[in-house]
Amino acid sequence: MSNSPPPSPMDTGSITYADYEVIGTGSPYALVAEFDSVAEVMRAAEKVRDAGYLLWDVHSPIPIHHINHAMGMRPTILPWITLAHGLAGLLFGLVLTWWMNATTVPGLSASVQGYQFLISGKPMYSLPANIPIIFETTVLFAAFGTILGLLGLNKLPMLYNPLSRSRRMLRSTVDRFLVVIEAEDKNFELPGTARLLQSLQPRAVELINEER
Amino acid sequence: MSSISLSSDETPQELSRSRQDTSDPPSQWEQQAYDPRERAALVLGEHDFTTVTDSIADIALGKTPTMWYVAMSVSLSLLSLLVVTIGYLLLTGVGVWGNNNTVSWGFPIINFVFWVGIGHAGTLISAILFLLRQNWRTGINRFAEAMTIFAVCCAGIFPGLHVGRVWLAYWLLPYPNELAMWPQARSPLLWDVFAVGTYATVSLLFWYMGMVPDLATLRDRATKRWQQLLYGVLALGWNGSSRHWMRFEKAYLLLAALATPLVLSVHSVVSFDFATSQLPGWHTTIFPPYFVAGAVFGGFAMVLTLSIPCREWFGLKHLITHRHIENMAKVMLATGMIVSYAYSVEFFMAWYSQQPYEQFVFLNRPFGPYAWAFWTMVTCNVIAPQAIWFTAVRKNVWAIFIVAMFVNVGMWFERFVIVVTSLHRDFLPSSWAMFAPTWVDLGMFLGSFGLFFTLFLLFCRFLPMVAIAEVKTVMPQAHADDHPVKFDYQPSPDTPKELRRGHWFT
Repeated sequence: MSNSPPPSPMDTGSITYADYEVIGTGSPYALVAEFDSVAEVMRAAEKVRDAGYLLWDVHSPIPIHHINHAMGMRPTILPWITLAHGLAGLLFGLVLTWWMNATTVPGLSASVQGYQFLISGKPMYSLPANIPIIFETTVLFAAFGTILGLLGLNKLPMLYNPLSRSRRMLRSTVDRFLVVIEAEDKNFELPGTARLLQSLQPRAVELINEER
Repeated sequence: MSSISLSSDETPQELSRSRQDTSDPPSQWEQQAYDPRERAALVLGEHDFTTVTDSIADIALGKTPTMWYVAMSVSLSLLSLLVVTIGYLLLTGVGVWGNNNTVSWGFPIINFVFWVGIGHAGTLISAILFLLRQNWRTGINRFAEAMTIFAVCCAGIFPGLHVGRVWLAYWLLPYPNELAMWPQARSPLLWDVFAVGTYATVSLLFWYMGMVPDLATLRDRATKRWQQLLYGVLALGWNGSSRHWMRFEKAYLLLAALATPLVLSVHSVVSFDFATSQLPGWHTTIFPPYFVAGAVFGGFAMVLTLSIPCREWFGLKHLITHRHIENMAKVMLATGMIVSYAYSVEFFMAWYSQQPYEQFVFLNRPFGPYAWAFWTMVTCNVIAPQAIWFTAVRKNVWAIFIVAMFVNVGMWFERFVIVVTSLHRDFLPSSWAMFAPTWVDLGMFLGSFGLFFTLFLLFCRFLPMVAIAEVKTVMPQAHADDHPVKFDYQPSPDTPKELRRGHWFT
């Protein structure tokens, strides 16, 4: 990743120095800027993206249409996880039905041995009669893959997050929109990043520190 | 319901503003004066994200309404009937049912098909309407999905008991065992185990996943410690991150795409239980589509039965608007017409087949000893829904409610007609018999409603009844386009290329 230039001094209007509330003590964890509407946070996200930040996020009560463009996010790999699990389910159903009703392996323990049913002289194994079960296992595995993939990629469950110390986070699931830039981002610096956030005209900017 | 003159020149916005002080939001008929070119708002009244959140979250977090206790006590008494009848059955044996050698399926299978069918509307609303971009689904999808899960719970009880020795029901599952026996994978009854099992699991996952952001909203609004802990654990630490939302939306789309063929497969497989047999009246190729349409028909009737009182009692008329109710009534009418068509095709095929046993069954239905059940079915499922064609009926939600009640009754009788009239007189007149339910049959059927309503009331009280985040996405505030601030979605030209792409691993 090329080292993009640090954020240039913005046209900050009347704001000449970074003005923000501070929560906790110790080293900084993240800067939070609070916005009122989708349009404002979209515009802010584009500015933060163009300033070269990578470890940052927009917290919103709704999925915002096209925020992936405004944030510069790539499409998720989740569909491939679903596909892989679906194929695994397909294979599982195929082998399960075949093993259950169409195999006898000499010498194998009776408890895992297949059981060959002869039904009305029909073949021991034929694909059409087993399609329903194979279909259901495919869907079942794919659904589990999707959910587990979603939780895994999102790193959930995560029952504690330093951000949750900010009371502003409480409204990010109700009616407010937050831009959060993490201190670990290599472009993060104080007060430059705070000044950038101030220039986006948020309701407020807040610094969250690592310790209480 | 008040009405306004059609010549009014007010825009819907002015209209809703002028009515802001009244507690009832204007209904669809006042907002959208018979003009199909105008799109009615999905959330009525002067609402923003805050007030919409309030109206839903307060139900879950606030004080329990007195009526809830009354409703809960009624459903708990019905539930106790289920517990008692099941206990009696387990202690005595399945002989306490009215099933006999001829009508060996009786009430358990009728009730199973009835309840599984009801579940289908929930998945239709949450998955198929999502894929079809029907945004009005957001107001009703959460509790339709909940209804699906509770209906499948009720359905599962009956075949579980019908196997006779319920404590050995796990034999249905394929697992290596000391008996050296495996289930028979070419039997529709085993397909049922997989289909209903998968359906219940996937519906539950879909429901819970969709609810996680709303549980986070409840967690963040809760004031009592136990609420914060309970919703906090259930919300899994959801914090509204846009990176999470992006994957969430993709997962939602994927699950909808998986659930759509799944829901069609479930009632198809249930119909295979009948259609793959050799019995006249069951051995029909039309059964899978006919059953699926019937399931959606009966399911929408149940969604209407639940949503019309709920929007009234919980004050959700601005979210579950008259338009939602009307749309559901229209789906009910459309699927009802498919079902009516399927009934007539069955009769046509019996005549066309020139097969005497098939013809006998289809004469025995309308004119035999169970003619009363057949004509109840026709009245409720074919004639009653025709009322929906009339605007006067659709303008009155309680008229729609009455039609939905007819359909609920009719769809139960449809399964009664299919199961009992086909079985009770088959090939050999010497084995003909009549079927009569015992008190255990009736008690168990009533009791299953107790289970259903108990679960549903618990859901209404403690969980977000309407999908809060999804409703917000169909409000004007969710769209930046309407806002005076204009911006370009594209990165500025001097953004480095790799930054425009973001992380490779998202």
